[in-house]
Amino acid sequence: MQTDRPVPAPNPETAPYWKAAREHRLILPRCLACGKYHFYPRSHCPFCASRSLAWEPCSGKGVIYSFTEVFRAPSEAFAADVPYVVAIVALDEGPHLMTRLVLTSGMSPRIDQPVEVLYEDLDDELSLPRFRVMQEELK
Amino acid sequence: MNRTARCSIVGIGESAVGKVPDRSALQLQADATSAALADAGLTIADIDGLITTPVRVEAWNMPCGVVASYLGIRPSYLLTIDLAGASGAAMIHHAAMAIAAGQCTAVLCVAGQNLLSNRSRSHAVKTMAESSAHPQFEVPYGPLVASNYALIARRHMHEYGTTEEQMAEVAVTMRKHASLNPNAHKRDLISVSDVLKSPMITSPLKILDCALVSDGAAAAIVTSADRARDLRQKPACLLGQGYGLRHSYIGEYLNVTSSGAVESGRKAFAMAGLKHSDIDVAELYDCFTITVIIELEDLGFCKKGEGGAFVQGGRIGLDGELPTTTHGGLLSGGHCGLGGGFFHVLEAVRQIRGSAGARQVENAKTVLVHGNGGTIAIHCTLILGNEAAA
Repeated sequence: MQTDRPVPAPNPETAPYWKAAREHRLILPRCLACGKYHFYPRSHCPFCASRSLAWEPCSGKGVIYSFTEVFRAPSEAFAADVPYVVAIVALDEGPHLMTRLVLTSGMSPRIDQPVEVLYEDLDDELSLPRFRVMQEELK
Repeated sequence: MNRTARCSIVGIGESAVGKVPDRSALQLQADATSAALADAGLTIADIDGLITTPVRVEAWNMPCGVVASYLGIRPSYLLTIDLAGASGAAMIHHAAMAIAAGQCTAVLCVAGQNLLSNRSRSHAVKTMAESSAHPQFEVPYGPLVASNYALIARRHMHEYGTTEEQMAEVAVTMRKHASLNPNAHKRDLISVSDVLKSPMITSPLKILDCALVSDGAAAAIVTSADRARDLRQKPACLLGQGYGLRHSYIGEYLNVTSSGAVESGRKAFAMAGLKHSDIDVAELYDCFTITVIIELEDLGFCKKGEGGAFVQGGRIGLDGELPTTTHGGLLSGGHCGLGGGFFHVLEAVRQIRGSAGARQVENAKTVLVHGNGGTIAIHCTLILGNEAAA
């Protein structure tokens, strides 16, 4: 890993997410009042404004909502990675999140394709959730 | 009539735009200010309000204080606005509010910087990418600013059948308009095929689908409509404005093909008491080609999903149904960061005055200006018109 690559800097609000990711678990904030999940994390539910929230496990499954193949890196830190595919995944629980897809060579992603989470370990403390096309899709 | 409608833009000025290596950010802003004062027939001593934006090239503590002090203004009112690309339109609205509230009588709005020459194009691309995406949940995956818009473009293509050729049409039109603008950064004509064959940056967006990185600054002076009557230029009056916001970061937004421009446009039209057929020219924010297509839809110039077809057939050209971004915009006119969208306001004023030269739209009386900040996040719509329209 290159040291100048921008990495997440967990704060008190997001630390549980990154701690779980390091353990290769995906968790999302869920409202105990209306039951809806949301992301990115907030101190209150964006749907009903309740402050009664809990982190809950997420299936780690969803579909590709959109994607883009990046050919020109935003900085030197990403230059060795190009081309790579940045995507927005619509999780089965409802929220969207940005990620980078892990693709087998020669494979083109498509919108609505089912994907599942996997993890890229950056160091001893941080892992990035990434997504790959569900294995049964490839058969 | 709304209170801010009693305010007018009475002076406009631009610095040199493009690659201007011999000027600092403050010098560019001073150049634009001098031009705007001369245009209005005012001196710096007449200015008692100052609105500006932050810059990326230098770390200014209190940008409005730095700029006011540099220019020698002793303001009764001052403000730094940061709505990213919507800042230009919002500066005019805030100046009008300050005047309507009696805080001051003549406000200088100025923004711009040496974004291209200060460090490098690459440095500008890096800092913009890292500031427009979520620092924890997006930046680590390596999206460009253009990638965030590419995600929108891909989804728009999926939902509505929009094509890369249609997006290219926007770039071609902007370049044609810029070719008639002596101060534009890029003036050589391009074709749809040139756009499609230009290097892929972040699919489906090619380099010619993306805004430039430029040096430059723009300035405008706002006064009360009463004061404007005694000045030398035909005033451009603020008839209506509106804001809209649905999200801050694109990754968390559940419907990326529609934006807060729906709300900002609806409010601006309602305040002005006008309808779409009253708009002679639309100066739409054009950071990427897809942006223009979505704005045309969300502002109500066509139905949702029909923006791609709308930009074809010369409809957004100077002789078209809705001449759009007539100075060449960010795609070809120039893009100096937060000040980039301010050039759209200046062009609206020129169209209303009838002083846009070779790109003048005949009989332009009422012009819509739209600013878009972040990844289709913050929207500010203005409707400007001549005195008769007010």
